[in-house]
Amino acid sequence: MADGIVTLTSANFDETIKSSATPILVDFWAEWCGPCKAMNPVLAEIAKEQSGKVIIAKLNVDEHGDIAQRFSVMSIPTMMLFSGGEMKKKMIGAKGKPQLLAEIAEFIPTKS
Amino acid sequence: MSTIETTPQKVIIIGSGPAGLTAAIYTARANLAPLVIEGEPSSTSDQPGGQLMLTTEVENFPGFPEGVMGPDLMMKFREQAARFNTTFITEKVTKVDFSQRPFAVWVRDTKYTADSIIVSTGAQSIMLGLENESRFYGHGLSTCATCDGFFFRGQEIAVVGGGDSAIEEATFLTKFASKVTIVHRRDSLRASKIMQDRARNNPKIEFKWNSQVTEIIGANKLEGIGLVDTVTGATSKMAVTGLFVAIGHRPNTDLFKNVLDMQANGYLLTRPGSSYTNIDGVFACGDVQDHIYRQAITAAGSGCMAAIDCERWLEAQH
Repeated sequence: MADGIVTLTSANFDETIKSSATPILVDFWAEWCGPCKAMNPVLAEIAKEQSGKVIIAKLNVDEHGDIAQRFSVMSIPTMMLFSGGEMKKKMIGAKGKPQLLAEIAEFIPTKS
Repeated sequence: MSTIETTPQKVIIIGSGPAGLTAAIYTARANLAPLVIEGEPSSTSDQPGGQLMLTTEVENFPGFPEGVMGPDLMMKFREQAARFNTTFITEKVTKVDFSQRPFAVWVRDTKYTADSIIVSTGAQSIMLGLENESRFYGHGLSTCATCDGFFFRGQEIAVVGGGDSAIEEATFLTKFASKVTIVHRRDSLRASKIMQDRARNNPKIEFKWNSQVTEIIGANKLEGIGLVDTVTGATSKMAVTGLFVAIGHRPNTDLFKNVLDMQANGYLLTRPGSSYTNIDGVFACGDVQDHIYRQAITAAGSGCMAAIDCERWLEAQH
């Protein structure tokens, strides 16, 4: 996670979600999805700017289809916000940084 | 909200498909240091890179004998523009004022000004316009076959439309689906001959002629569609788990209503054989002003025209 983005897999998904004290935004993506690629710079910026307040993670649906299936992902990119081990919000489709931040704002601790 | 002012530019390019990025390459090489407001990520074609971001293999762009993936091609366009001193803003323009010079363009509360503007906002897919449509996005209804085809492995799905993009999507989706039905409101296709032949020869593709989708059926996800026969008026239902819509495009010209002259269908009007709009110093190129050819290569060509028109116009102002 050199760029501050966590890679999730079938093997570490549950443990990571369960054990994290910080909210996690998971981006379900795949190599062949153009709009998913467009999300990369947005997610990288959020990871940097909101460091410590939200963890950005990515799950490749091509390689870890079981997790995508469990959460009924039928369109990518889909982003889900997990907090306290539970999925709190599911967002379908690529979007810009301002909208994405607005949609997850209620789950992110405000600056102390 | 207070306005944030920015350094005046020589040229602002709005939009970043083949037209906008070609205009960027040319104006950048003319030392105009273009500012490209490229749009923001979306799962529709209204996004940086434009419609090609939702395609797979592009086989008709000259210079790529083996074909090239749409998103890769647009990435190369962008890199080439960046190499010659182009600045990008990955956001959407929210308001324009072309009533005086310098022209003004807003991204929310940030105001950008420039001596000239190149409009290349392109076109985006038309959706069905059904009442419950938005509820099914990501639950069986998709705007992006290349993104979502994967999730319909072994399933029966439908594609609505009869043009090149509908046939291309249907053909692509047969890689995953067990059966793809093309639902078209007429009894013949608008698509090019080569695409039609490909579809007709594909054993997984079936056609439902003279049919219009009137309803999406399903509880939590899409389970079927309601159809009406455009000739007899008879209604029917078809069980499908996925629906992909490719019924045409509309120009992204909402920003320019009552500002730039447009045709009745919303496409911008340019002076024939040029990229000049009705406002001196504002140029238009690509699909936003072309409802006839609508190809990556024609968009790129018109982007080059706009850059040259713009450069000469700026020179003549001194």
